[in-house]
Amino acid sequence: MNQPASAYFIEDRHDPNETHTLAVLVQNEPGVLARVIGLFSGRGYNIESLTVSETEAQKHLSRITIVTTGTPMVIAQIKNQLDRMIPVYQVVDMTQTKRSIERELAMVKVRGQGEHRVEALRLADAFRARVIDATTESFVFEITGNTDKINQYIDLMRPLGLVEVSRTGVAAIGRGPEGM
Amino acid sequence: MSDKSHDPNQMTGAAMIVRALIDHGVTDIFGYPGGAVLPIYDEIFQQSEVQHILVRHEQGAGHAAEGYARSTGKPGVALVTSGPGATNMVTPLTDALMDSIPLVCISGQVPTHLIGNDAFQECDTVGITRPCTKHNWLVRDVNDLAKVLHEAFYVATSGRPGPVLVDVPKDVQFATGTYHPPRKSDVHRSYAPRVKGDATQIRKAVSLLANAKRPVIYSGGGVINSGREATKMLRELVEVTGFPITSTLMGLGAYPASGKNWLGMLGMHGTYEANMTMHDCDVMLCVGARFDDRITGRVDAFSPGSKKIHIDIDPSSINKNIRVDVPIIGDCGNVLGDILQVFKAEAKKPDIKSWWQQIAQWRARNSLYYKKSNDVILPQHAIQALFEQTRGKDTYITTEVGQHQMWAAQFYGFEDPHRWMTSGGLGTMGYGLPAAVGVQVAHPDSLVIDIAGDASVQMTMQEMSTAVQYELPIKIFILNNQYMGMVRQWQQLLHGNRLSHSYSEALPDFVKLAEAYGAVGLQVHKPADLDGAIKEMISVKRPVLFDCRVAALENCFPMIPSGKAHNEMLLPEQANDEATAKAFAGGKALV
Repeated sequence: MNQPASAYFIEDRHDPNETHTLAVLVQNEPGVLARVIGLFSGRGYNIESLTVSETEAQKHLSRITIVTTGTPMVIAQIKNQLDRMIPVYQVVDMTQTKRSIERELAMVKVRGQGEHRVEALRLADAFRARVIDATTESFVFEITGNTDKINQYIDLMRPLGLVEVSRTGVAAIGRGPEGM
Repeated sequence: MSDKSHDPNQMTGAAMIVRALIDHGVTDIFGYPGGAVLPIYDEIFQQSEVQHILVRHEQGAGHAAEGYARSTGKPGVALVTSGPGATNMVTPLTDALMDSIPLVCISGQVPTHLIGNDAFQECDTVGITRPCTKHNWLVRDVNDLAKVLHEAFYVATSGRPGPVLVDVPKDVQFATGTYHPPRKSDVHRSYAPRVKGDATQIRKAVSLLANAKRPVIYSGGGVINSGREATKMLRELVEVTGFPITSTLMGLGAYPASGKNWLGMLGMHGTYEANMTMHDCDVMLCVGARFDDRITGRVDAFSPGSKKIHIDIDPSSINKNIRVDVPIIGDCGNVLGDILQVFKAEAKKPDIKSWWQQIAQWRARNSLYYKKSNDVILPQHAIQALFEQTRGKDTYITTEVGQHQMWAAQFYGFEDPHRWMTSGGLGTMGYGLPAAVGVQVAHPDSLVIDIAGDASVQMTMQEMSTAVQYELPIKIFILNNQYMGMVRQWQQLLHGNRLSHSYSEALPDFVKLAEAYGAVGLQVHKPADLDGAIKEMISVKRPVLFDCRVAALENCFPMIPSGKAHNEMLLPEQANDEATAKAFAGGKALV
């Protein structure tokens, strides 16, 4: 390996990247989201998608769902780094449990006339997307599903006059009777 | 309405801060006043339980608090104003985060209604310090203040220690509310550091240790942070197993340098025997260290044949740089105690005689060799002389960052923990002088020496004024080679000897500078005068700037060159120009 002369060892790591969905239960207090996001940017981790909302108001608990990519060692680091933050209660790797359901919601605006309009409606029906707004020349569809399904739907809408998309990002929950 | 004026727990936010300090046993704090902390300073003025040390720059307050913390094991406390006061604290907070030092910083903030208005001396202190603290808080309601202060002390000192910051707007300092003494419910329920190691993992570790043929113990700052008990357990484990032990820069003193199993420090400027032992071992016990890049060298060639046990209280330290076989999450003292107990009950001292014979051969290479001179003081010799003159005395050593720091680590023998204060992780030039101020405040009758370089010491020189004001007889032992020595060394080794901006042009006359501060200045040029001058420095009961003129172009060896493994060290006798050029051969340099 041809190393540049340096005071640091410069290393190429070739481990393949994996995509993981993490559910993070946090105390809902000022700055908590900034802490989580700051960790990702500060340590150079990726965020593919991030969803956050208060889930138990009385206990001031919020749930953050993060989709991230990295080598297995980096994913383990991310979980450990999240877990040691003071307001973080629990970090669950939903991908590792292999028993999780993931959903996101998208609103898709499509503009067109004639045959394109009909085709858009037909596809919406096939994907169980609902029309939540309509004009004579446009629709807004609401679609729920996993990321792949939504990507596929958006791809199909593109030639039919796709204008814009708003997505919530992934929310995930475990199957079965047990909580997190 | 009930009469609250007689309730002793009704007080202003400013009074709560002083009260909380007292309740946490704080006797000394380091700080600098300003507009946004005046109510707190007014409370400090009216009491005598907490002594306030006025520094000359907020960075000095932070490092002094670090020195205080590291030499006592208690949290250090700094008090600074809003805006520049807070931004000047960023370096010490980051330093304390990297080295896991318990630090509580209280900062003033502009009044609540002005936050976000770009008010005078306003900055987003919690935003700026979020990545450089273990946790921080902005207190908007005086009735939350007591809880936050108590939690701050708990977070700073428990688990893996670290710096915390509490930002208190001026109106909250003025407002009256209810104080309560520390109680358990003050702490986030989500924060519960694991102290006790997993029993199954401990058994696995003992089994590896008991069957080791070529073992090594690699200890770090975590052992010292854990407290005296951890040091005791570590020493007992070395005794019971008969294993060789090395340590990181941060861990020096946990095992005595005079101990027969001591290999010296490991890593980039560690000894040959320590690094070779790490490279060739079959079982490695890492206690409270984190496989930092200055330690491992090239990671893919790091100790390739060993099973690795890693004890750390912070799960994120496990498998961060090096994959280990038996991770044990818990407090070093606690886990070492458990390992000892199981080992003593179930295992025998392994026979590692041939391993020790191998180590003796590595030792015989004498990797810390340097050539003494009668004409010029070698920096290594200066440290050795200082060590000899202070041996057996009640001494604390701080350092700045650079060659002098590495020579101090190599040539000063530390017998006990909490005696060695150096900026390891962040590598903060200017750390040592204010740290010495903090150490001397905590130990007024001890000998406190900052081993310094001529460049580093100028970064926080202003704290000499603090030392003089509080009659703190710190000794600033400057190895003056008129260069930023480590920068020059790297330029020589990596950048074709183009010494870009590493020469200390226009150095002050340190003797006159000392006198200008009202301290004592000493200067020595000749090796023959060194011992006498050090004796004089020690006997003076005032702050001293000691200008020790040393060989200008001496380099720090041994050294693991960049991109090399532990068994590819460059030893001093090989460090001629040709060998050095070969070891560092490569393309354009990136640092």
